[in-house]
Amino acid sequence: MSQLMSAPVLPPQAPTEKTAWFCLDNRYIAPAFITCILLAGHLSFGILESYQKTLLAIITSIGLELVIGRIFFHKWLHPASAYITGISVGILVRSPAFWPYALCSAISITSKYVLRVKGRHIWNPSNFGISVMLFLAAETVATLSIQWGNYLLPMLVIWVLGSVTIWRLRRFHITGIYVASFLAFAFVRSWMTGSPWQSEIAPITGPMYQLFIFFMITDPKTTVRSKRGQSLVVFLVALAEMVLRLDQIVYAPFYALFVVGPTAMLVEIWLDSRRARAAKLRVASDGS
Amino acid sequence: MTDNRVARFFLVLFFIGLLGTPFIIRRISAGRNADRSKADARTVLARHGFYLEEVSQVARIHFVHQSPKLDPKLDPIMPEVASMGASVSIVDFDRDGWPDIYVTNSAIGSKNALYRNLHDGTFKDVAGELGIADVNQPGTGVSTGAVWGDYDNDGYEDLFLIKWGRPELFHNDQGHGFTRVTEQAGLPRWINGNTAIWFDYDGDGLLDLFVGGYYSEDVDLWHLSTTRIMPESFEYARNGGRKYLFHNLGNGKFEEVSAKVGIDSRRWALAAAAADLHGTGHPDLFVSNDYGVSELYFNDGKQFHEVGKKTGVGFVPKSGMNATFGDILNQGRYSVYVSNISEDGVLIQGNNLWVPKEGTAGDALQYQNLARDFGVELGGWSFGAQFGDLNNDGTLDLYLTNGYISLDRNRSYWYDFSRVAGGNSTIIGDAKNWPAFEGRSLSGYQSKRVWLNDGAGKFVDVAQSVGATDTYDGRSVALVDLWNRGVLDVVVANQNGPLLLYKNTVAPENKWIEFELEGTTSNRSAIGTQVTLFWNGQQQVQEVSGGSGFAAENDRRLHFGLGQNPHIEKAVIRWPSGKVQTIDQPVVNQLHKMKEPA
Repeated sequence: MSQLMSAPVLPPQAPTEKTAWFCLDNRYIAPAFITCILLAGHLSFGILESYQKTLLAIITSIGLELVIGRIFFHKWLHPASAYITGISVGILVRSPAFWPYALCSAISITSKYVLRVKGRHIWNPSNFGISVMLFLAAETVATLSIQWGNYLLPMLVIWVLGSVTIWRLRRFHITGIYVASFLAFAFVRSWMTGSPWQSEIAPITGPMYQLFIFFMITDPKTTVRSKRGQSLVVFLVALAEMVLRLDQIVYAPFYALFVVGPTAMLVEIWLDSRRARAAKLRVASDGS
Repeated sequence: MTDNRVARFFLVLFFIGLLGTPFIIRRISAGRNADRSKADARTVLARHGFYLEEVSQVARIHFVHQSPKLDPKLDPIMPEVASMGASVSIVDFDRDGWPDIYVTNSAIGSKNALYRNLHDGTFKDVAGELGIADVNQPGTGVSTGAVWGDYDNDGYEDLFLIKWGRPELFHNDQGHGFTRVTEQAGLPRWINGNTAIWFDYDGDGLLDLFVGGYYSEDVDLWHLSTTRIMPESFEYARNGGRKYLFHNLGNGKFEEVSAKVGIDSRRWALAAAAADLHGTGHPDLFVSNDYGVSELYFNDGKQFHEVGKKTGVGFVPKSGMNATFGDILNQGRYSVYVSNISEDGVLIQGNNLWVPKEGTAGDALQYQNLARDFGVELGGWSFGAQFGDLNNDGTLDLYLTNGYISLDRNRSYWYDFSRVAGGNSTIIGDAKNWPAFEGRSLSGYQSKRVWLNDGAGKFVDVAQSVGATDTYDGRSVALVDLWNRGVLDVVVANQNGPLLLYKNTVAPENKWIEFELEGTTSNRSAIGTQVTLFWNGQQQVQEVSGGSGFAAENDRRLHFGLGQNPHIEKAVIRWPSGKVQTIDQPVVNQLHKMKEPA
């Protein structure tokens, strides 16, 4: 999740006096939720390699975002987005060394400002950072895949909390379609390969997927705008993942999003520019 | 974004630099941590001070381990569930002054072997004639390890056989044969264990026995009533076998006292070792667990107190497969080495080197994992490891064997393994949910590690250079001066593979000293006796062990390398009884036979 989500989907709300105690600015919902996941996971199961490593990832992420924001936007950017990126890296990256945490955060944040098309960054930052680390530093880095207990209750709590959060951010359809697609494809894979169906659905019962489906694939900045488009894209992510899984790629979900996400963004950007050109031509022809 | 092109240029440059960082780090660490160069023996001797030659065939040892074949319900994942059982332990069973070798086999009907040292570079298997070969009979399970200790203090080392099945105790009849005394001793009917150690936890002069269960003891792996026998979690499993502490009553009988003394765990134990880690004079117990955190039990002489979290060793769950102690910095303190799993891009647990934190001791003792800093972190799918001064330079080196399942070189089971291991307990816990192995490898054909200690906190892997070049699925390692030459040879037991004897040749200018200890008030095997050697302004502590590493037991004699031109000030021997004996200026290049003073 690289930054699992890069920014909130809704604008910050100004709570009324009556509801102020109960409502949370939308910008803080995702950070609050992921912080809860981290604390619950660590205090109950000790999921983190160490506090220091997670802290390093967060500090690197926020620090770099602030510096780059200052240089390129001449203002201090709100740290919520970078915080999510940092904490996601801190949870998902597994390495006995310290440097991968800092490097992954740095790559994630920097990618937002370097890999841009028509002013939009096209990769989900943490997805990009983690995928790059898995490509380039496989001897030192793995991702969270097993380190979260393997019990039902924590998983159910995260699923319920995550669903409520994502619902409030109006992106539950993305998560829902992905999960439905994953399960359908799991049974297809089981039928194709002869593997027990339990082993095919096993990954989605693990913590890595909970972060993946609630934060990474729902990132507003790196998903297409229309609800129908988002649904199609996330279905394609699940489809690409199935193909990669048939090829026994361990990190299939990350790589599927790494490929499908930016491709969808590029298509949308291309369609946008075509529409803009057509509109411009229409205006020009109307004017003449 | 701003149009500051210069700033953007530097940002792109910075980004490219970030992407290149892993390459640079890899190059630096590769150059620093390993010597893979090939050279002739003389050059290697000059460079590293020793080299190894595999001599098992010359020594007339032709032992090949066989894995068990368990209940057919486990057939799809048989290579994984039957992946342990090869072990090696060193014993001088006939007290002729020459170490012998005992190795376990793990197929039903297969034979264990006891290689008697014939003093001429060769060995002869005498297990059959002495009655400790045919111990893997149908209905009794199969061997997974063996530890030797003189439980009745008659001067001859007795054999405890660890099994997935009926554990066995054999009394050594003065080196002429063995008598099975399992029932008389009061041992349980069945334990699915992989680790056991002899130690005198209460200091009464009688060796007690710790046994760690792996699979639950109510599982008969050959007749399963259910396939729900697997760990409920890859890292938080508590549904393994129970632990046993058999207190030696002194009349040939043992009383199981684990719960009474505070040992109550169902983690999946794979290795255990005992030494006086926090300076009370009583042996503390370290247990490395698969599918979870390690456990450290401080021993106050009567009760054990689990302090894994408090000391730092029991926080991050991994796949512990080894426990061995070594005073790697020559400071008179033990570090603990625990092996785990590392597979590029899939699972990087890293092995643990637990080094005592500066300024902590006694009940406040704390450890920090410095495996990465010391360069002993990544060893593949690591199993047995032992500390020992392989080149007699005065610092303890580390030999690590590894490799899990070597089948088809071109097809890996890792993908299937990782997705099931990440699943919910209802999925991972049932063997029928695991995809079939179908002849694939899982971290197979791995290169071993021989890490040379520079004495200043860095280890360099010289395995390929010095001749430890096998790629078998290594399990158990024991270090022993096989031919009384003042050097540590290496014996490695491989799963489904041959027993390997690496004969060590050490540069003669490096000196050594060895101690053979015999207790009188203390247990006669002298297990738990500490020797601290002071020389050239430094000190090193070693302790006689009743089992360490993975399913292994080293030579009972303690071996110290001294480097060139050593000046030994003294050797201080602390016996388990509490007696302290000092030898002033002991002679170098000599084995010192010491008896506990009355």
